Amino acid sequence: MKAPVSWLRDLVTLPSDVTTATLAERFTSVGLTVEHIESTGSPITGPLTVGRVLSFVDEPQKKGKIIRYCRVDVGAHNDPATDDVPASRGIVCGALNFEEGDLVVVALPGTVLPGDFEISARKTYGHISDGMICAEDEIGLGDDHAGIMVLAPGSAEPGDDAIDLLWNSDEVLDLDVTPDLSYCLSMRGLAREAAITSAVSFEDPYRHHLPAPVEGGHPIVLESDRCSAFVALTIDGIDPQAPSPRWMADRLRASGVRSISLAVDVTNYVMLESGQPLHAYDADRLQGPIRVRMAREGERLVTLDGQERVLDADDDLLITDDSGPIGLAGVMGGETTEVSASTTAIVLEAAHFDAPSVSRTFRRHGLPSEASKRFERGVDPHLPYAAARRAADLLTRHGGGAVTAETIVGGTPAPHRVDLRAGLIPAVLGTRVDQEESVRLLEAAGVSVTALGDSLTLEVPSWRGDLVDPYDIVEEVGRHIGYDRIGLRVPVPPVSRGLDPVIRDRRAALRAAAGIGFTEILTLPFASSEELDHLGIPADDARRRLIRLANPLAETHPYLRTTLLPGLLAAVGRNTSRSLTDLALFEQGRAYLADDEPSAAPRPGVSARPSDEELAQIEGAIPHQPHLLAGVVTGNWLQAGWSGPAVPADWTHVVALAEGVAAAVGLRVTRRSAEMAPWHPGRCAELALDGEVIGYAGELHPEVVRTLRLPERTAAVEFDLGALLAKASFGGTIGTLSSFPLAKEDVALIVGEDVPSAAVAEALTEGAGDLLESISLFDVYTGDQVGEGRKSLAFALRFRADRTLTDAEAAQARQAAVDVAVERFDAVQRA
Amino acid sequence: MSGPNDNFDPKQVAALDPDAIQSAVDAALAAIAGAGTTADLKAARHDHAGDNSPLALANREIGALPPQARREAGQRVGQARAAINRALAERQEAVSAAELEAALVAERVDMTLPVALAPQGALHPVTTLIDEMIDVFVGMGWQVADGPELEAEWYNFDALNLAPDHPARALQDTLWVDPPSAGTLLRTQTSPVQVRALLERGVPLYVVSPGKVFRADEYDATHLPVFHQLEGLVVDKGISMADLRGTLDHLARAMFGDVETRMRPHYFPFTEPSGEVDLQCFVCHGESVGNPDRPCRTCRSEGWIEWGGCGVVNPRVLRACGIDTDVYSGFAFGMGVDRTVMFRTGAPDLRDFVEGDIRFSRSILGGAR
Repeated sequence: MKAPVSWLRDLVTLPSDVTTATLAERFTSVGLTVEHIESTGSPITGPLTVGRVLSFVDEPQKKGKIIRYCRVDVGAHNDPATDDVPASRGIVCGALNFEEGDLVVVALPGTVLPGDFEISARKTYGHISDGMICAEDEIGLGDDHAGIMVLAPGSAEPGDDAIDLLWNSDEVLDLDVTPDLSYCLSMRGLAREAAITSAVSFEDPYRHHLPAPVEGGHPIVLESDRCSAFVALTIDGIDPQAPSPRWMADRLRASGVRSISLAVDVTNYVMLESGQPLHAYDADRLQGPIRVRMAREGERLVTLDGQERVLDADDDLLITDDSGPIGLAGVMGGETTEVSASTTAIVLEAAHFDAPSVSRTFRRHGLPSEASKRFERGVDPHLPYAAARRAADLLTRHGGGAVTAETIVGGTPAPHRVDLRAGLIPAVLGTRVDQEESVRLLEAAGVSVTALGDSLTLEVPSWRGDLVDPYDIVEEVGRHIGYDRIGLRVPVPPVSRGLDPVIRDRRAALRAAAGIGFTEILTLPFASSEELDHLGIPADDARRRLIRLANPLAETHPYLRTTLLPGLLAAVGRNTSRSLTDLALFEQGRAYLADDEPSAAPRPGVSARPSDEELAQIEGAIPHQPHLLAGVVTGNWLQAGWSGPAVPADWTHVVALAEGVAAAVGLRVTRRSAEMAPWHPGRCAELALDGEVIGYAGELHPEVVRTLRLPERTAAVEFDLGALLAKASFGGTIGTLSSFPLAKEDVALIVGEDVPSAAVAEALTEGAGDLLESISLFDVYTGDQVGEGRKSLAFALRFRADRTLTDAEAAQARQAAVDVAVERFDAVQRA
Repeated sequence: MSGPNDNFDPKQVAALDPDAIQSAVDAALAAIAGAGTTADLKAARHDHAGDNSPLALANREIGALPPQARREAGQRVGQARAAINRALAERQEAVSAAELEAALVAERVDMTLPVALAPQGALHPVTTLIDEMIDVFVGMGWQVADGPELEAEWYNFDALNLAPDHPARALQDTLWVDPPSAGTLLRTQTSPVQVRALLERGVPLYVVSPGKVFRADEYDATHLPVFHQLEGLVVDKGISMADLRGTLDHLARAMFGDVETRMRPHYFPFTEPSGEVDLQCFVCHGESVGNPDRPCRTCRSEGWIEWGGCGVVNPRVLRACGIDTDVYSGFAFGMGVDRTVMFRTGAPDLRDFVEGDIRFSRSILGGAR
């Protein structure tokens, strides 16, 4: 909301020490944040002067052009008289729309016009032109370049400063008005706030109640309860050519509204001043009574912006006459009844429309307007008549004519009452506020207060639809006493058990990921089905359960992600394009999976806690959103350096990420070979916890690598971090640590190529029994010595007990281990 | 040979002659003194103190002496051998020390060489900052709550006093799941977690909930359609705006050092009264205001940085959660985490937060790999 300060000062007499800056500070302190202070006024510096054309000579030029050499009286700026010419200046002018004796605007040498255009005396068309006679557009006053500006006779004297004459310099506050303070979308509301903050009285020029219904003017029929009141004033005999007064056009311009014609300007001016949207109809173009009714199926309306609108029977409230729709109520008028340059009779509408109805209509049609903005937030229901009268006064004062008839239909709601204990105010604000102070501030806001002890009954003024609950009253007092009066106190909660376990575990998991060497990134969670195609994800995969957005930000990505991999792989591309090729990246965040049978979430009432069933239904309608962690490696895990050659990044590093994250929360992931898109079928592991599969890791499928132009051998992992954290465990026991000697036994087993090493290790562990302290695989060999289709796995077994083991005991345990492996995998011990 | 040798011949024990012993000692001491390395010394020990050294041989002859002569000869040889052993020990110590000294010099390496057992990983600055903010509240005894990002309309709007036609709904350009009639959306704020926490945990409640929020917003240097908020909620007996101001002031000081906060009236449907909290600029502490010689980039020389929204929980919200508003009151606040990261790190462009350039997260470590 832009508020010209001169307008505010017209409406409220502020103390002389209240500067614009002070006013801005005070508005901000009561929640009407002033974002900027702008200055209006002349964009021109220097001697812009009123001149009188004493005489001129028309001098034809080439191509039929005529220039006019004028002698112009510019008062004190004149050159002295000579024998031939009186005291004046000689100026060449290209326009012909003036007569001898006319008052014009002259930019004398030294004047700087908009665009940093400095006027100087120059020789042109055989004369010295000692200045310039100005057109409107040349001095930034308007768009008119049809000819030079001719001032009204007698409006000034030659030599007068034209800047003072033509511009009002004003300051304009640009305020951020929050949706609750809708009455501050008016100068009247802002003036009241200014009065309260400066502790001066305020006389509201619009404080008239809506009168009882009157018939006799243009007939009005209300056929919908979405319109509660309608005032129609008929004004006849207006001069259609009458211009808007300068001050009005200036204030409109300062408020960001274009000056159009007197009738339109007056409706806009009164709307800005009062907050009541108004509309002017050309009375001669209205056909029959105005009916306010809901739209009918298939009806159309061409609005003032020239757009044809298809109307909605459920949402759109219309202004109609016998010809059909003539306006979208509270949003925009129609073309057919628009006032024009020949309009001499007007029907002026000031009505009160239902806020949600206007809101739905302007959103449906994408048609926000100054009117709809005000109706949506709530307009004073008593205002229509007062605003219509004010507009009629301005219109007849500046355009002639008179109000010849009025119609008032509908009524206003009963005033709203709020009961509260005065003690609530200091209790909620947390600072001392005397009842007296509260009452004084509320009364200044227009609230009538009846106090019975500390029990207050408040009657809220019609323009304060936001004051509904006792807490609204608390805020009203609070914002005027100022929040800085409130002290600081830190509340003390009941004893706590520290960081919530799930947050603690997540933190441990993520820090482990970074500790292992991965860098966390974030990406936007919007997805496309093409991304899944590129990963080779089949149609029946759970990751195809895409949720579509109704209003996606980009049609290329209309879904929500079901996997973090596309985002991560895109980030790989972005990094490699910036020559960052050695990457270990991870992301953690939610994926969103559509339910097989989506249900709608109910919306229970809000006056009490919903029932458990209702809450369960809501929960049931919310899609599954697993918290995933995914990682990717490319290039080198370690770069070549002084200490050795590069270590290429491969599948082992993404497996290490999963295992390291699990270990950080006390879990062990088991692994087995699996086939899953987008991984290499021979280089993909399924990750499981207690038999529950939580994800996959491995090298990406070469086809995927090619399609996405990823570096060769890019490896990735993705698993359900939420499922992992749900099993997190910091339990376990710590036993006696034996200090007896370690018995070392190594064993090499030849098994089939396809036998997983982990399974052999498991068999050895099982067979070795309780004496086994550790087992590790230290060699894998394939080749001639073990034969085609076979491999040799060499394990180091370490035994220990709470006594010194004999050689025989160690050998026996080793044999027991080997026996299980032999039995299970047909393993042969290598000599 | 067994039994005492009584059948000796004095002429055969010339090795026990004092002069011979003295010359053996002199030769030994000279050899020891001349040994510069452990190896030299080992050779000297072999030659002069070994089993076949002159004194060892001499020692063996003692038994051949007549009993009356044995004592004297034994003493003489014993002293000589002791002198040699002492010299050996001393020399060994000196040689070892010198050798260690030399080795320490020879083994010197460039301790500024880069080392890397694993690439250097990093958390995203948003993750790190959320952890830090959580810690401030956990330190005060609060809990942390989480909620879904795809949320029901009821939690995101209705329960927060935003009726379907509420104009404030339009302020938050919502991303709706198709079809919108299903009533699910991407949460526009972390406030629905307030409602969930109240319904699930009841009162008294001191809870903070960080997380992603979504708006159909621009994607440019200062706007992201997906960003992070940290929401705080207290509902207890006797809670007032003083508690809110005190808590925000504490958070600001914990995070930015000695700075003040200020609160301006504002509007949110779910709080009443409502405010916006500004942070005193922690870089210039307001000294750049009206001081064109010392402009401040962090606060654009305004002295204050808009930090978040806050207020007293609207009793309508508490009622929707079944809380007795005659007994309980509360406050809530929320602030943008990404913006806070920007203030703290000077990060100039929000797009960098979500484009995945590995340098972004690792900037905070202060170095490249």
